[in-house]
Amino acid sequence: MLLAVGIVGAMIWGTQQAVSPHAEDAVTTLTNVSYDPTREFYEAYNADFAAYYKARTGKDVVIHQSHGGSGNQARSVVEGFDADVVTLALAQDVNLLQKVHLLDPNWESDLPNYSAPYTSTIVFLVRKGNPLQIKDWKDLIKPGIRLIAPDPKSSGGACWIFLAAYAYGAGPSDDTTKATAFVKQLYANVAVMDAGARGATTTFVENKQGDVLLAWENEAKQILEHYPGEYELITPSVSIVAEPSVAVVAEIAKKRGTYEVARQYLSHLYEPNSQRLIAKYGFRPTDPTIMAEVANEYPTPQRMVTIRDFGGWPAAYERFFEDGALFDTIRDE
Amino acid sequence: MKQSKLVEYSLITLGFLFVILMLVFPLVTVVVSSLAQGWDFYIKAITTPYVLSALGLTLVAALVAVLVSGLFGLCAAYSIGKFDFKGKQFLMTLIDVPFSISPVIAGLAFIMVFGRIGWGYGILDSLNQWLGTNWRVVFALPGVFLATIFVTLPFVFREVIGVMHTRGREEEEAAVLMGASGMTVFWKITFPQIKWGFLYGVLLCAARALGEFGAVAALSKARGSTFTLPLEIDALYMSGSATGVTAAFAASSVLVILSILLLVLRAYVEHRVGHAGD
Repeated sequence: MLLAVGIVGAMIWGTQQAVSPHAEDAVTTLTNVSYDPTREFYEAYNADFAAYYKARTGKDVVIHQSHGGSGNQARSVVEGFDADVVTLALAQDVNLLQKVHLLDPNWESDLPNYSAPYTSTIVFLVRKGNPLQIKDWKDLIKPGIRLIAPDPKSSGGACWIFLAAYAYGAGPSDDTTKATAFVKQLYANVAVMDAGARGATTTFVENKQGDVLLAWENEAKQILEHYPGEYELITPSVSIVAEPSVAVVAEIAKKRGTYEVARQYLSHLYEPNSQRLIAKYGFRPTDPTIMAEVANEYPTPQRMVTIRDFGGWPAAYERFFEDGALFDTIRDE
Repeated sequence: MKQSKLVEYSLITLGFLFVILMLVFPLVTVVVSSLAQGWDFYIKAITTPYVLSALGLTLVAALVAVLVSGLFGLCAAYSIGKFDFKGKQFLMTLIDVPFSISPVIAGLAFIMVFGRIGWGYGILDSLNQWLGTNWRVVFALPGVFLATIFVTLPFVFREVIGVMHTRGREEEEAAVLMGASGMTVFWKITFPQIKWGFLYGVLLCAARALGEFGAVAALSKARGSTFTLPLEIDALYMSGSATGVTAAFAASSVLVILSILLLVLRAYVEHRVGHAGD
């Protein structure tokens, strides 16, 4: 009987695989290792790309997705998960792969806009009617406000959140003392710190914890869409251009014979149609024409900083997020 | 006497209340929530390619775990129950390791061995080169099987060794003296004694395999190919929409139903084995 169960199981699994992966060699499979809030976008994009690829080459391509906290995802690839492409939350996590020589050394200049086909920014999500009158960063450090934000140690979005808060605290004069004091007060108000951005969303939306969710703009926009009338999006006065980076994992893709299709998969993200799809899922397109089409849906904060203002990722990561760096010190005290 | 009756009833009430609050109530909630968006939605939710693939793989992994842990448990219990050797106690303690180690550690341990930075990766790579293949252990199906086997390893052994200890080995010794071969002794005497215990162990093992999350989650990352049902449920729950959450409950209800089936079988076997309440 047990054997029968196993055989039935194998059959069920097998039928699903025939539609998708391994079974036939004729079908190329790609594995895209990504971060949390891109689940829905890549689901749609993969179907688009498969159709485009089929029309161009007559061949089938099936794309597997993997999602989780960006840092954890990068670590999985380092530890042996065979990803053909990574589409992570920040360049720092992609750099992890470069350290073990899985990437082309100049991956960041391989594709336009620092290999970030879409950008986002950090916003606040509050419950309907904004009962606590949250308007800007300064309102988040009031006593008793319960914030939901992910952990920068495992989540890429959380790093962008921290940097945006820091930029606000530092002000235009870049006062590091004031900035440190501000982020310290801010993180003292964080009630739940999930490992990933999506976990934070679930905590805020499904489990109804906290007053304010600090989130990716695209994630916040999707929540507004899924739960109409229940939440409000607040764009703060200062935020950061969050650049999720994409790269072909050259070493693995070459070995698997998927290098060319993997490259096409990523460069196709910059095509106008894909850029429109990007906007549909709440990310900011990097193609200026497409961005102009949808600009009114993306309110711009008065001041936008970029990772270059912090001296680029390796430097920023060392200064803020490395073990024993600023984030650890403000949490310890 | 009067007072002991009072104690008896309050303890029984407490037991029932606890079980209802902690077990029955949450499980009923899962099943009810799974139907929150209607029957059609439920059917659709449990027949998506992702859920079907995950369900299939879960059943296969459970079968593999039962076969390996069952065979291993039988052999180990036989050697420990019927022979005397040095380090017997030590071996028994080792077999129990999966009971006390967190499954996620097992998953990470396999990554440390077979992952890109592990010592087994080089061996695997040269083997692949020699065979012209591209086999993977972690982040692939073998890893899922390994992780499931790890967490289920002690179950059959525990049950079989228990029966063997209570039965002793006089009957086998007598048979051997009368000239029976090893195989005859096993099939005519040992196996009939332990078969219900063995089956009970197999059911426990299967139940554990169906529900395993931590060990598999550590080394399975590809949804739709190496995801088992518990991982798929987690992915659905994290999908960031109300429909996703209901779909997660729908998939959970499938797992609950499978577990209840096993529970019924278990109750029957328990009855046969005289294992009341264990």
